[in-house]
Amino acid sequence: MSEKKFSKKHEWVSVEGDIATVGITKHATELLGDIVFVEVPEPGKAVEKDSQTAVVESTKAASDVYSPISGEIVEGNKSIVDDPVSVNTDPEGASWFFKLKVKDKSELDSLMSQSDYEKFVAENPS
Amino acid sequence: MEVQKTALYNLHKSLGAKFVPFAGYEMPIQYKDGIVKEHISTRSYAGFFDVSHMGQFFLEGDDTLTEALEKIIPADLKSLTLNHSKYSFLLNDSGGIIDDLIITKTQEGFCIILNAACKENDVKEISKFLNKNHKHFINSDLSLIALQGPKAVEILEKLTPGVSNLKFMTGGNFKFDGANLYITRSGYTGEDGFEISIPNNKVEKLIKILVENKVNPIGLGARDTLRLEAGLCLYGHDLNEKTNPIEANLKWAIAKRRREEGGFNGWEKIKELMANGSNKKRVGILPEGRVIARENTKVFSDHGEEIGLITSGTFGPSVNASVAMGYINSEFSEIGTKIQLEVRGKKHGGKVSELPFFKKSYVK
Repeated sequence: MSEKKFSKKHEWVSVEGDIATVGITKHATELLGDIVFVEVPEPGKAVEKDSQTAVVESTKAASDVYSPISGEIVEGNKSIVDDPVSVNTDPEGASWFFKLKVKDKSELDSLMSQSDYEKFVAENPS
Repeated sequence: MEVQKTALYNLHKSLGAKFVPFAGYEMPIQYKDGIVKEHISTRSYAGFFDVSHMGQFFLEGDDTLTEALEKIIPADLKSLTLNHSKYSFLLNDSGGIIDDLIITKTQEGFCIILNAACKENDVKEISKFLNKNHKHFINSDLSLIALQGPKAVEILEKLTPGVSNLKFMTGGNFKFDGANLYITRSGYTGEDGFEISIPNNKVEKLIKILVENKVNPIGLGARDTLRLEAGLCLYGHDLNEKTNPIEANLKWAIAKRRREEGGFNGWEKIKELMANGSNKKRVGILPEGRVIARENTKVFSDHGEEIGLITSGTFGPSVNASVAMGYINSEFSEIGTKIQLEVRGKKHGGKVSELPFFKKSYVK
């Protein structure tokens, strides 16, 4: 997989060929607390960059997950729907949210690198 | 108004608390283990809760005090014996609930535990019925600690011998480190446990001993999931001044003598509701799947007619399911009735359920 890129809304995206995998960051799961419910999009759905695409709920509240990149959904991760707690344990690995076919790779340029994201989190802790 | 802190604020901080403003206080929402672990550890072992933001309201006086309180509280206070407690409420003229409370008979009169957000207004409402011979005060020199869970009795018995003899909804005086404690066997989790009234200058010492005994600190987050699984109401959400005890399904908390004799605020309305039934009713609701129906989620009948509103909803860690309660039209309130819940614009199935969702037996 390619190098991960990060959004200010705490999503990560990793692109291989023209397929992007999107999830939420470890930092996001720490802010959310125990995750108890996840909703992922159905294949075929067209999504715009920064549009609300999935839902994650912790014991505290419901939050929207935005797509950091435009494209067409090819898969939602059903395993996290069945086992939402797994998002807390492996948010940046097996517990990705959805995969999409990328429309415009240049959108990646507006996202942050790992080190920029870490700096962003340090400056904006919550 | 300046945000207030309880006597345990620094200790909470050292235990890894995340704070939120709640009813004018900085209170822990959770500690480092998180809500689910806190919840589970309370049900499997024991947890302590700092509920010192609640009002410990003391009233002193003779029989005229009892008569005065019965005008706003529909409990049978005349036959409440020393050290016995009742769950009840303050009622307004139209039978609406001003606050829900626990009232205990003391040597001098009564002690009432009031919700933090309501306590100032409660004192004002109660005072309307008092005269100059009735003494009353909120004692802010006292902290209030709830110790809840199956191991609570074993742990507390070592510190304050004799608490194991208390029956559910009774209390007594105990000594700890030279101080007087008033301990009742009660709680808000559906577990066996105690509420401990203790001087502010002794509370840290007590908590440190509880922590040494592996009792976990529990924040407001798990307090909410525990009480909702136990089917208990949260004032300001499941109850308010516009809901009355009959539609809230709390008729049991109005004493039999009081139901027959009346003589309290809102009696006319409540009598009418008891005779004819209420239009809506508080019920438990089990959403299908894992979808969470939070407060203000709309409830529809199986045929799509809007029939009510959710007042509390969360994920219940011990029942391992989404749980909720709310008010729906009485004709749909039968256990097992299929309903629909509108979450983020989509309809999800669910059914009316028995309360509590999680059942344990209290020590009687």
